Amino acid sequence: MAAPADPLRVLIVDDEELARRGMRRDLASDPSVEVLGECSDGFEAVRAASELKPDLVLLDIQMPRLDGFEVLELLDPGIGVIFVTAHDEHAVRAFEVNAVDYLLKPVDPERLREAIERARERRRRSEPMPVAALVSAARPTGVPVSRVLVRDGPHVQVLPVATLDYIEAQDDYVALHAGGRSYLKQQTIAAIEALLDPSRFVRIHRCYVLNVDRLSRIELMAKDSRVAILRDGTQLPLSRAGHARLRSML
Amino acid sequence: MRAALFIAIGTLLGALLATYLGLWAGAPVEEALLLGLPLGFVQAMLCYAARFPARAIPLGPGSFARVAATHLSAAVVSTGAWVLAGFGLARLLEQATGRAGVIERFRQDAAGLAVTGVLIFLLAVTAHYLVIALESARDAEMRSVRARVLAREAELRALRAQVNPHFLFNSLNSIATLTAEDAGAARRMCLLLAGFLRRSLALGQRDRISLGEELELVTEYLAIEGIRFGRRLEVAESVEESCRGCPVPPLLLQPLVENAVRHGIAQLVEGGTIRLDGHRDASGITFKIGNPRDPERPAGRGEGVGLANVRGRLEAMHGERARIDVSAAPGLYEISLFIPWSGAEPEEGTGPGERDPDGGAR
Repeated sequence: MAAPADPLRVLIVDDEELARRGMRRDLASDPSVEVLGECSDGFEAVRAASELKPDLVLLDIQMPRLDGFEVLELLDPGIGVIFVTAHDEHAVRAFEVNAVDYLLKPVDPERLREAIERARERRRRSEPMPVAALVSAARPTGVPVSRVLVRDGPHVQVLPVATLDYIEAQDDYVALHAGGRSYLKQQTIAAIEALLDPSRFVRIHRCYVLNVDRLSRIELMAKDSRVAILRDGTQLPLSRAGHARLRSML
Repeated sequence: MRAALFIAIGTLLGALLATYLGLWAGAPVEEALLLGLPLGFVQAMLCYAARFPARAIPLGPGSFARVAATHLSAAVVSTGAWVLAGFGLARLLEQATGRAGVIERFRQDAAGLAVTGVLIFLLAVTAHYLVIALESARDAEMRSVRARVLAREAELRALRAQVNPHFLFNSLNSIATLTAEDAGAARRMCLLLAGFLRRSLALGQRDRISLGEELELVTEYLAIEGIRFGRRLEVAESVEESCRGCPVPPLLLQPLVENAVRHGIAQLVEGGTIRLDGHRDASGITFKIGNPRDPERPAGRGEGVGLANVRGRLEAMHGERARIDVSAAPGLYEISLFIPWSGAEPEEGTGPGERDPDGGAR
């Protein structure tokens, strides 16, 4: 059997060395798959994925520093993902709801082959992963996030929510402003607002979410036109509804 | 409810007094009622007040004389005041109605009334003691039911901990990999896993085991996780030999060590060392479990529940002198248990459990 012209390029991500070895061994017998490398944590995975540009990532969920869902958020949207987990009822429910492929440990080589085949098929149809739906389904509801992850080339920046000053919508992206710097992330402003603590972050305008701690004062510029002045002097426009929301919080 | 009881008793006593004054001492009906009813209510109040000395001085062996003297003097004083109040009332009645002989008639009854009053007061004291005894019996019953529920819950949780699915599936995954590359290692891991499961089932059925037995289980558990995590998991054990006889509830330490692996080592890329320290002094055992932590990671889910469970079981067995302290520095987590122990042997045998499962399978 001749190897296909373009083998599927796969990255293995798992914090347990034994688990990585097992996966690599199972894939070694498949000539249509090329294993690009192994990563033992999420940061390494994000870096390797941005440098090696794999077609598919076999992604463990429980890992140090960044879990599988956090890694998923930071991968380029064109990269396919098959999740691997030993036992995580919550995650499995999220996969079922969103029809995302996953494997259970110990991994059945037969199921692995089928999943790889489906990934190849999806890749041919350039079907993207339902990242936003999956991430929100996998999160425990009602618990605000404590940090926001952004990717800066191959590097991952961890921004604790307390360091965020305000967030600005820019087309399909949001710009997260923290300590005088800004970080771009591919996410809608509504999606990120939903993850943040509503007693601390408020939507003051169609395009802005403000960390209330940073507010210095509100100024009236013209009739019915107000701006929020932050402690560092930044001025942000306030919509009428945004002004009402902000007032109700203060 | 209480007010209704008070009114009922007051009315009853009043009616009895009025009957006594009317029939026995020959007072006219309205005079008997006007004197008897108010005095009945005053007496009811005194009877109610008898609960305070009754609650202040509990009944106990050897305290009878003191209790009797106290309540008798309380009865005499309060009844004396009550009879004086009766005289006051009689005088008031005589002046208000202009009827003669009210005071005189009451004077003739006073001695009989005083004796009856003392008896009724003492009867009330007895009733109060009865209520106290019933209440404390009910409390004890409630406490024991609560303790039993707690123990049952702990048992269920311990059972669940024995077959923690995450641990089991990850171990099976390690075995699956090892079978393809090192059959001997795969077999050793199977034996370790079987030994651990068997031992935890056996220990879980007993009420108390020795700390040494619990430590053997923990060592077996850590050996399995050691295969899974490889170089990431190191263990430093320094437990004084004299600690091993201390009786503990089964599976007390294993869940804590499992937390140290799951929320400590497994969250660190480079892993770290789990420290087990046991120290014995005259008052008991101090046992510490320490592990490194990712300082950026918030506390894991479900940890608090496990800790509360361990705390509850330790207190159920050793009372409130047992202690669990948690110190969570940014990169380091340590749980310290104090188990009071005078050094007596545990009630159940502390002989070695099953043989090392590696030994018999060659």
